[in-house]
Amino acid sequence: MIWRLWQILPLVCLCLLFVFVSSAQALTDSHTNSREELARQLSEKSWDKLEATITELSAKGDDESQKLLTLWLSGQLFIEKSTDRLVIGNRSGRMYLIADPITDEALGEVKKRSLKKIKINNRLRNAIRTALAIWDLKSEDPDKRLQAVKETSRNIQAETLAILKAMLKTESDEDVHSALTTAVALYHIQHGNDELKLQSLEILSESDDPIVRSALESIKTETKNKEILLGIDSALADMDRRQDYYSAIESVFFGLSLGSVLLLAAIGLAITFGVMGVINMAHGEMMMLGAYTTFIIQSAFPSLMEQSLFIAIPAAFVVAGTVGILIERLVIRHLYGRPLETLLATFGISLILQQAVRTIFSPLNQAVSTPEWLSGSWIINDALSLTWNRVYIIGFSLTVFLTLLFIMHYTRFGLNMRAVTQNRAMANSMGIPTHRVDAMTFGLGSGIAGVAGVALSQLTNVGPNLGQNYIIDSFMVVVFGGVGNLWGTLVAAMSLGVVNKLLEPWAGAVIAKILVLIFIILFIQKRPKGLFALKGRAVED
Amino acid sequence: MVDKHIPDNTLLYLDNVTVSFDGFKALNNLSFLINQCELRAIIGPNGAGKSTMMDVITGKTRPDTGEVLFNQGSTRLSGGSIDLTRQDEAEVANLGIGRKFQKPSVIESLTVWENLELALKGRRSPFESIFKALSKEGFKKIEKTLSRIRLQDRRDFAGASLSHGQKQWLEIGMLLLQDPELLLIDEPAAGMTDEETFRTADLLRELSEERSVVVVEHDMAFIKALDCKVMVLHEGSVLAEGSLDHVQQNQKVIDVYLGR
Amino acid sequence: MSSVKLSSTTRGKGPLSRFLLDDPAGKWLLIAVFAISIIVSGLNLLAPEGSALHVSSYTVTLLGKYLCLGLLALALDLVWGYCGILSLGHGAFFALGGYAMGMYLMRQIGDRGAYGNPELPDFMVFLSWQELPWYWQGFDSFLFAMLMVALVPGILAFLFGWLAFRSRVTGVYLSIITQALTYALMLLFFQNDFGFGGNNGLTDFKDILGFSLKSDTTRVALLMCSALALGLGYMICRWLVDSRYGRVLIAVRDAESRTRFMGYRVEHFKLVAFVVSAVLAGIAGALYVPQVGIINPGEFSPINSIELVIWVAVGGRGTLYGAIIGALLVNYAKTWFTGAMPDAWLFALGALFVVTTLWLPKGVVGLYGQVREKFLKPSARTQEQEVVDHG
Repeated sequence: MIWRLWQILPLVCLCLLFVFVSSAQALTDSHTNSREELARQLSEKSWDKLEATITELSAKGDDESQKLLTLWLSGQLFIEKSTDRLVIGNRSGRMYLIADPITDEALGEVKKRSLKKIKINNRLRNAIRTALAIWDLKSEDPDKRLQAVKETSRNIQAETLAILKAMLKTESDEDVHSALTTAVALYHIQHGNDELKLQSLEILSESDDPIVRSALESIKTETKNKEILLGIDSALADMDRRQDYYSAIESVFFGLSLGSVLLLAAIGLAITFGVMGVINMAHGEMMMLGAYTTFIIQSAFPSLMEQSLFIAIPAAFVVAGTVGILIERLVIRHLYGRPLETLLATFGISLILQQAVRTIFSPLNQAVSTPEWLSGSWIINDALSLTWNRVYIIGFSLTVFLTLLFIMHYTRFGLNMRAVTQNRAMANSMGIPTHRVDAMTFGLGSGIAGVAGVALSQLTNVGPNLGQNYIIDSFMVVVFGGVGNLWGTLVAAMSLGVVNKLLEPWAGAVIAKILVLIFIILFIQKRPKGLFALKGRAVED
Repeated sequence: MVDKHIPDNTLLYLDNVTVSFDGFKALNNLSFLINQCELRAIIGPNGAGKSTMMDVITGKTRPDTGEVLFNQGSTRLSGGSIDLTRQDEAEVANLGIGRKFQKPSVIESLTVWENLELALKGRRSPFESIFKALSKEGFKKIEKTLSRIRLQDRRDFAGASLSHGQKQWLEIGMLLLQDPELLLIDEPAAGMTDEETFRTADLLRELSEERSVVVVEHDMAFIKALDCKVMVLHEGSVLAEGSLDHVQQNQKVIDVYLGR
Repeated sequence: MSSVKLSSTTRGKGPLSRFLLDDPAGKWLLIAVFAISIIVSGLNLLAPEGSALHVSSYTVTLLGKYLCLGLLALALDLVWGYCGILSLGHGAFFALGGYAMGMYLMRQIGDRGAYGNPELPDFMVFLSWQELPWYWQGFDSFLFAMLMVALVPGILAFLFGWLAFRSRVTGVYLSIITQALTYALMLLFFQNDFGFGGNNGLTDFKDILGFSLKSDTTRVALLMCSALALGLGYMICRWLVDSRYGRVLIAVRDAESRTRFMGYRVEHFKLVAFVVSAVLAGIAGALYVPQVGIINPGEFSPINSIELVIWVAVGGRGTLYGAIIGALLVNYAKTWFTGAMPDAWLFALGALFVVTTLWLPKGVVGLYGQVREKFLKPSARTQEQEVVDHG
């Protein structure tokens, strides 16, 4: 029962997060009288006049105008020909669903012919974007302001500069403040005198924004002032140094996330191989079963896509764990003490499972979707952003690891498991049901592989060969870490992941992997029992 | 080879040998000498370090500190001796140190004859074992040993088919054919009948006429029958040394054996 | 020698006499292999096409392939059955031998390739390489290529074995790193710029020693070469395991540490067996490639090597002839299944793995003994010379 608990814990945590994400945004609903007037202006044919309308809306500065501009930009703003009123139009099959642009009140379904789209071209798009950004500059939300400052700094006009400068005086948010400073400096280095340029350089050399870099690079080709040239060079050098630093951090992060995948894949094996001495070649197929469980759950409950993984995790644990217990009862229990024979038998089982999946589903990969909350990135600064799925996988693998450690050391089942491992006969005579412990241990190892499969379904193709691709890596991790030592497995997985990713930039992905394999082969020569091997007489026999 | 001078009639020399496993000291500054053609019994409670001592001498375990020197016959003349801590098991065996484990370990799927043939001294490289046939003298030696260990009628039976006692004898036969200068024997009397025990003690005494024999044993009757110098090991070092009567009266030995 | 005739004392005579005396199963197996090869060849060449007696060239090549795989299984049995080294990377030696032969065959194509370049194989032209890389030099000579067929797997096995056996990596650990070895090689050979044709491997061979690979006589000759190689390989292995060397190997398998204390340098014995086995595997690969007409990195796949293990296990390890029988049986079954019901093959193979490990520890050749033992008196049973099951 107790190991069921750990699956619920992360579930609860992530549910809370989910509630946070889906909290609805409030909408304002004010009305305006001059809507007919605006509709007339917007149906103008002249680009210049349309741009003037943008300026006008922008000058008004109310939420309504902002919304209209946003709709205009996304091409959803129409005029209904029969009534000459402005509407939102959304295509639905061959018809358009129309709604009031301010209140979002549905106004029915019309044919495409009865709508006229508000014209737009690239010039207007830029104008709208700038206008919207200036809007956002006044936003309450510091994130929005930050985004807006960055948007405006792409191409700063004199008027915008004034707004930015005014903002600098009152801005309290640190990030926004520094973005403002950068934006102003960016304007000065492009339009200011030499002295201003030099001053700006100092500020700009702190920035990692690619816009700043390209601006500096273009100025470098234009300017003749030696001092400025030198300044630009040193600023660019600063940027390069920071870039290297961040890309090193990124490599380590990639490495840790790869390591987490390895950990997830290997940790179940560490139990079956390390604790029980069973070479489970079907371990990879347990992961495959976990991934297919995810697929089945997503297909069965398409409406629960966002929550599918939380259903899949316990389901995969149960599915893979049950299959594991069956394998143990039917085959492996006859083979204890003959590790190489368990290897052959479980390899046979892995072939059967693969072919079964091929027959039941198809030999092709299945499409497993990624929930919304797993996509996107965690942006730390201009040069460094980490994708959420990798961040989550690190957290998830550590959670699984700690849970397992907890089970091994603080539960009755864990105690029994360790007792049986160390002295089967003694454990038996003390009344520990060794056969049941064997089955449960194997079930636990397999169940965790199933859980790993759920995670893998988010990172790789879900197909009959999913398991095969990970089995050798998993064995490498367990052997490298030292058999029978979960901490060793953790260290081994993480270090192999990081080493692999650090080698990749200069060796290439495949060669990096080959080098890691060769490293392990050589390492085993030095320490045949792995990184954290137990020493002493008991181990040698 | 090292130039350290150890007494001429000394065959094995251990000085300050320490071995530790994860902080636990299996051997703690162990020092002792074995003379040529000496029969020595070693007793000690479980965990006293008897097996580790054997492992160190036979090259299985490297000591953390200390010296293990062997005065092999061929080097004795030149005055040097061999540092056993730098040799692996096979090299040590070929220098002339034989070891018999507590559990009889014969090669189960080979016949009695084949077991003896493998043990016969000489011809140890793969090349020799492929191309060099058994010599006439070798053949005779094996036949002689076979009758000495009374397994003639079992010569073509697999090691696995022998009884426990027969395995013990086969292993002793293998050691005889290996013809070591120093023989290390771990609990030979375990599982033997009284009659077999005395026969074994006789055999070991007989063997010690031409080589040194070190016996690790628990069975006091057996040690009495051996009638030799006894050494008591405790917590990895020598607690007492002398005749059996002498050590049995030693208060420290009584404490160790009876006080717990 | 002794006047009493005993099995153990008859060992030590010449290989042939020993072969006839001690190994009836092996003798009959080889006789059968040669007889079938000759009959198949004869019927292919002599019986007119369309007659009931005619044997297709496909069958000739198929039999040739089986015999090569039999030699590969034999090589594995030498190290696994006799020395207890379960190599999960023997496919690598097979593939390396195959690549060495493939390189020779590539060079034989000359300017008949799709790009018509007289110097460079097609895939190098495709990668716009200007000249032949150094490691391809010499492969236009058949003798040199044949030398490499033996040397490359031999040297790799020597280096790998020297490292692994010296540091006493045994059992499961050894199996896992042999698997890592073949996996690393597979990744390497998949690389396009590694210079061995990448994904596609080496193919489109035209002829060998000037004889077209498509002609029936060449195919028959390759079949006979395979049979000969298998026969010679068998004799060599039998000779090795019947010598005192073979008994040391068994001692290492059953009680490695005891063998060391007897004064044998276990690592040297293992190394010799491993290298001999790798060379045999390489030769098997070299004979296999001209018959199938292609060698690609898939041959390095760890799965192939594990499948090979099951051939030996099915036949019966530690007997030599059992390995060959196993290879022939399983591969015949594979051909039959992939023709008749391709989807069922992996189920059957998987079940074979499980059934063999659970109920046939001595393989099909041990079935007779297993059945007999069941009906023997218990007292008599202990006297049977047991082949110890060793993982």
